[in-house]
Amino acid sequence: MSRTVPSILESHPSAGRDALIPLLQEIQAEHGYIAKDSVTAVGRHLGLPASTIYGVATFYNQFRFQPLGRFHVQVCRGTACHVKGSQGVFETMQRHLGIGPGQTSRDGLFSLEVVACLGACGLAPLICVNGEFHGGVTCASVVRILDRYRAEAAA
Amino acid sequence: MTAGGTTLSSVARLRREDVDRPVIYVGTGTCGLGAGAAAVLKAVRHALADHPRDADVVEVGCLGLCAHEPMLDVQLPGRARLCFGDATAAKAAVVVHALLDGSPWPELPLFQFRNPAVRPWDGVPFLDEHPFFASQTRWVLENCGLVDPASLEEYVARGGYESYRRVLHEWTPAALCREVERSGLRGRGGGGFLTGRKWRFALETPADQRYLICNADEGDPGAFMDRAVIEGDPYRLLEGLAIAAFGVGASKAYVYIRAEYPLAIARLEHAIARVREAGLLGQDVEGRGVALDIVIKRGAGAFVCGEETALIHSIEGKRGMPRPRPPFPAVKGLFGKPTVINNVETLANLPGLMRRGADAFAAVGTAGSKGTKVFALSGKVRRTGLVEVAMGTRLLQVVGAVGGGVPDGKAFKAVQIGGPSGGCIPASHLDTPIDYESLKALGAMMGSGGLVVMDEDNCMVDVARFFMDFIQRESCGKCIPCREGTRHMLEILEALTRHPRRESESLALERFQGVTCLEQLAGVIQDTSLCGLGQSAPNPVLSTLRWFRDEYEAHVFERRCPAGVCKELLTYSIDPDLCTGCTLCVAQCPSDAIEGEKREPHTIVRERCVACGNCVTVCRRGAVQVS
Amino acid sequence: MVTIEVNGRTVRARAGEMLLGVLRREGVRIPTLCQMDGLEPTGSCRLCAVEVEGRPTLVTSCAAPVEAGMVVRTHSARAVAARRTLVELLLNNHPDDCLYCPRHGDCRLQDLAEELGVRSRRLHGSHTRRARDVSSPAIVRDPEKCVLCGKCVRVCGEIQGVAAIDLTGRGCLARVDTAFGEGLNVSSCINCGQCVMVCPTGALTEHSHIDLVENALGDPELTVVVQCAPSISVTLAELCGELPGQDVDAAMTGLLRRLGFAKVFDTGFSADLTVMEEASELVRRLREGGTLPMFTSCSPGWVKFVETFYPHRIGHLSTCKSPQQMLGAVIKSRWAAQAGVDPHRIFSVAVMPCTAKKFEAARPEMLRGDLNDVDAVLTTRELASLMRRRGLRLGDAPAEHADLPFGTRSGAGKIFGASGGVMEAAVRTAHKLLTGEDPPVLELAGLRGRAGIREMRLAAGGLELGLAVVNGLGHARRLLDEIEAGRDDLHFIEVMTCPGGCLAGGGQPFGAASDAVGARLAALYRVDGRETLRTAHANPAVQELYAEFLGEPLSARSHELLHTRYVERTVLR
Repeated sequence: MSRTVPSILESHPSAGRDALIPLLQEIQAEHGYIAKDSVTAVGRHLGLPASTIYGVATFYNQFRFQPLGRFHVQVCRGTACHVKGSQGVFETMQRHLGIGPGQTSRDGLFSLEVVACLGACGLAPLICVNGEFHGGVTCASVVRILDRYRAEAAA
Repeated sequence: MTAGGTTLSSVARLRREDVDRPVIYVGTGTCGLGAGAAAVLKAVRHALADHPRDADVVEVGCLGLCAHEPMLDVQLPGRARLCFGDATAAKAAVVVHALLDGSPWPELPLFQFRNPAVRPWDGVPFLDEHPFFASQTRWVLENCGLVDPASLEEYVARGGYESYRRVLHEWTPAALCREVERSGLRGRGGGGFLTGRKWRFALETPADQRYLICNADEGDPGAFMDRAVIEGDPYRLLEGLAIAAFGVGASKAYVYIRAEYPLAIARLEHAIARVREAGLLGQDVEGRGVALDIVIKRGAGAFVCGEETALIHSIEGKRGMPRPRPPFPAVKGLFGKPTVINNVETLANLPGLMRRGADAFAAVGTAGSKGTKVFALSGKVRRTGLVEVAMGTRLLQVVGAVGGGVPDGKAFKAVQIGGPSGGCIPASHLDTPIDYESLKALGAMMGSGGLVVMDEDNCMVDVARFFMDFIQRESCGKCIPCREGTRHMLEILEALTRHPRRESESLALERFQGVTCLEQLAGVIQDTSLCGLGQSAPNPVLSTLRWFRDEYEAHVFERRCPAGVCKELLTYSIDPDLCTGCTLCVAQCPSDAIEGEKREPHTIVRERCVACGNCVTVCRRGAVQVS
Repeated sequence: MVTIEVNGRTVRARAGEMLLGVLRREGVRIPTLCQMDGLEPTGSCRLCAVEVEGRPTLVTSCAAPVEAGMVVRTHSARAVAARRTLVELLLNNHPDDCLYCPRHGDCRLQDLAEELGVRSRRLHGSHTRRARDVSSPAIVRDPEKCVLCGKCVRVCGEIQGVAAIDLTGRGCLARVDTAFGEGLNVSSCINCGQCVMVCPTGALTEHSHIDLVENALGDPELTVVVQCAPSISVTLAELCGELPGQDVDAAMTGLLRRLGFAKVFDTGFSADLTVMEEASELVRRLREGGTLPMFTSCSPGWVKFVETFYPHRIGHLSTCKSPQQMLGAVIKSRWAAQAGVDPHRIFSVAVMPCTAKKFEAARPEMLRGDLNDVDAVLTTRELASLMRRRGLRLGDAPAEHADLPFGTRSGAGKIFGASGGVMEAAVRTAHKLLTGEDPPVLELAGLRGRAGIREMRLAAGGLELGLAVVNGLGHARRLLDEIEAGRDDLHFIEVMTCPGGCLAGGGQPFGAASDAVGARLAALYRVDGRETLRTAHANPAVQELYAEFLGEPLSARSHELLHTRYVERTVLR
């Protein structure tokens, strides 16, 4: 049972502007994304205009305004991964899943996110699915990995 | 009681100079976990559960030899600690049994740790003989991969918090600033500003509150030094942070760490709690009238927040956009108060620096760059991983001796240093010493420590395009030169790598003028950008232009990618001897460029081919040839 | 004081002063785009970059404090080339439709291109595509023309305290937008148009009614009438190339007739009418314990501001319509009957210094049955455009007087354009209502001035009245928060949305210097000073309207025609 937005706000009484990003992070950690009502509630709590909250939230890669898929796939596009061929892997994944970065597949199974660097450059090229790392992926192996997750969902 | 019969002092026990009973270490840093360390750990515990002999299992951080992760170490009483690399669950079980039963090892360990207090193993090289470690000077990485990062006791047993205590009891903030300035320690995040001097600016600004911020955002793609230090030796960072806070006169410190490092955050949170329990954080530390509290702030995903004023704005709950300086953060920063921002590696240097003394620190390195530097070596190199060398070490040494050179018989082409703000060094200049000024003179930059090796199969125009694309995504968008300037530079670079057929006349003309335009735009962007991100954004382009102009010219004038990377500039053909006529590629071709009957060899019609590469991916016979 | 060198000349400056201010004082003009007087520099556009000896990069003069011995070269080849490239980069991502753009000829970007000698296209990039927002009745957003100078965001947030828009997104995808990118009409925007005033390009413009008006003028079935706000006659000449501060009321009236308006009325008349109703309302509240302090309601931006941000204070707003709407109402009732014109065939136009008046005219509360009080509102800028379309200039037509019965106005009605003018006009009449006498001195100096909040205490009829005058909603918020905190010594508050009052409204000429507003202000007070008729209650035309039509202030008919309702607005704010 995830905490409601009001209860999250309540646990930050007399919060100032510097609580804005941590609050949004907490809300997204609980609910998976930032809903319009959350923006209003946070604005009221901190005494900030809705446009300001939206302006801050849209600045950072992390915040989403739509729910995630069951499997959240992060593709690392750091230098080491690029040098080892992550671009091709990424294109293959987009073709295979039928979605682009920042999108969720219609069946709600997969969402795709590009990450600038996951910091595990020794394992390049790298993807991360729901926190699980898969290093040294190729165009072929990444398709197998995605299909395994799809099968897991069907089971 | 040790195997030798003497009683271990508690310190020696904590340092594991010798052990009472076997200890098995598993490297569970992010790299290790990514390579499968969780399964190894599980297998070790499983193997021990059944075994009659008791043993301890310790999770450690990254030793740095990422190429051989997961790492599995075993230390038997009275014997040197052994390290096995490339561990798997199966191998782990075998190793555990082998060592506890005394049966033969499944394979030769990578190395053993040199330790005069115990008996070494015959025929096993020592760690300091291993080519990866032989040239390293491990000051910052001293404990990484060796200690349990959760244990404050282990850190203290290895001399941890001695420096901070001495600083608290014997130094004044002003004297400390002078000492650190004298040592020549420069900011390790890339700025390279004299650390002690920056502290002094803040200390000398009258204020009722000062802040110290540890920049653990580590945004450079290809850099993971800070992550490894936090995961492997968090108390070192905290001690360094406390020393810095003392020097600056800051009673509150923030660690701004990127959200993409959940394990590091967890280790840090644990360490802070332990340090607080031990009274080394709080209102009155060690009764010296010094207060210090640490708050962790998670980044929300913005590379530009590695820039000081942008970082400050992010902590303040605003869009992470830089602002003009002056006023500098040391004078007017977070919440308007004097603020010093130091990189993780800078802070992690401090305990050792104070222990050795400024003179000893300054004795290592070059005239302008003192001490050591930690690098994250990755890319086309045999041994990827974390490397710490003395400043002044030749790049060739790092890439060749430490990294083992380029694998698979490929030719070395360049090493990218400094990430998206840096530049590439070609083979002709690999003999350059690692030093802030030398690197700048070559059009590169020390940066935070990312070193990516490239070989003949990498296209330097593509590399420039990759970095410019990154900068474009991460530009905050505030100032015209960075927002619009890098956008146009990226467009030019993309035009250089785009399929010839899809160009209009005007764009073709633009392409010819493109290189001149790139250089002119680069100059204005460097000259007018608001912050370091923009100012250094053109570096990768200028650097690749300087050393690999021929590749640019091939793209521009011959519409050819010599490295074979820029897909749209390649020519695709089907080898009739290999093609079975299965028609799979025909179905995948978006422009109907493949002709051929079923079971007859197919051909690609060059005029219609848009070089998407689908056919190559789909062909099961490797019949599609690319040149 | 320190000494620096600028372009070879020795110059003195205050230590720590920003270089840009020094350069301007010395008559050295550096282009700027994001700079705003009175606000901290953001260092956004980089156009003010100059060469400073010893510095590795160019230095933006807006954010560079002067240091003794600084050697500055403002127009070196390097600095000029850099500025030129920056403008080229802006143009590289800008629509190529200058000839069709409402800001053509009055656009900062065009000026910069010319100043920096951009006379050929060197860069050929793609343009970021974005949709226009035409949802608002007052303001049109065209984000493709936005150069991200940030001034609209700052004026809306820092100065007006509304913050309907902010910078959103990042990098090339950064855009000025409302929360969740919704249309302006469902945001907390109050239509004041201050954003339009500071926008250097055509990214923000008023929602034009020129075509509406032209079509009406060309429709033989319609009787098109026009009213002009007091501010127009002291501003219009500036758009015809004249120096600020001239009152061209008579010339303007003649011109409007040449344009084809059947009748030219004076909003100053209905300002007097507003004074009658509002002063009476104030006295009633004072005597009968009504909600105090009473707020003026003639500024539609302010009204929407209260409805949006302080809806529990709606009861404080005077129920009086604004002079624009009052005149519209009596035109389509009293005048229509007198002239024998079907009110449905009247097309009523108002010329205003304001963009929010377009929103006000379209408010459903301003509909009586199926009759709109006012059908179209033209800003001062739009009137000048209309004149150009018809090939007319000030002076082409003879000087004429506005049409009766709505062409007579007092000096009190004229000063409605000034911040403090509404209050002064109302007080001249309220004093009469409370004491039976005009105030001994008609000019209430304590209410005049430019400061954002001015207060005065007035003794009248045994009462001591606390009066406050506010211009700029940022200041209004401050005063409102004091009231929220319990302040209770004020009885009547005049609020004008725009900093500087209506004379500096969202519909006024672009790029006017701050002394232009001062000159316009002086012109208004000069007109009042020269008038023989100085008070609303002495206006014979107003007296006649009551005697023959309305009855008396606050009568049933007055309420029906001249008063309105307000509504709480639930928007993302």
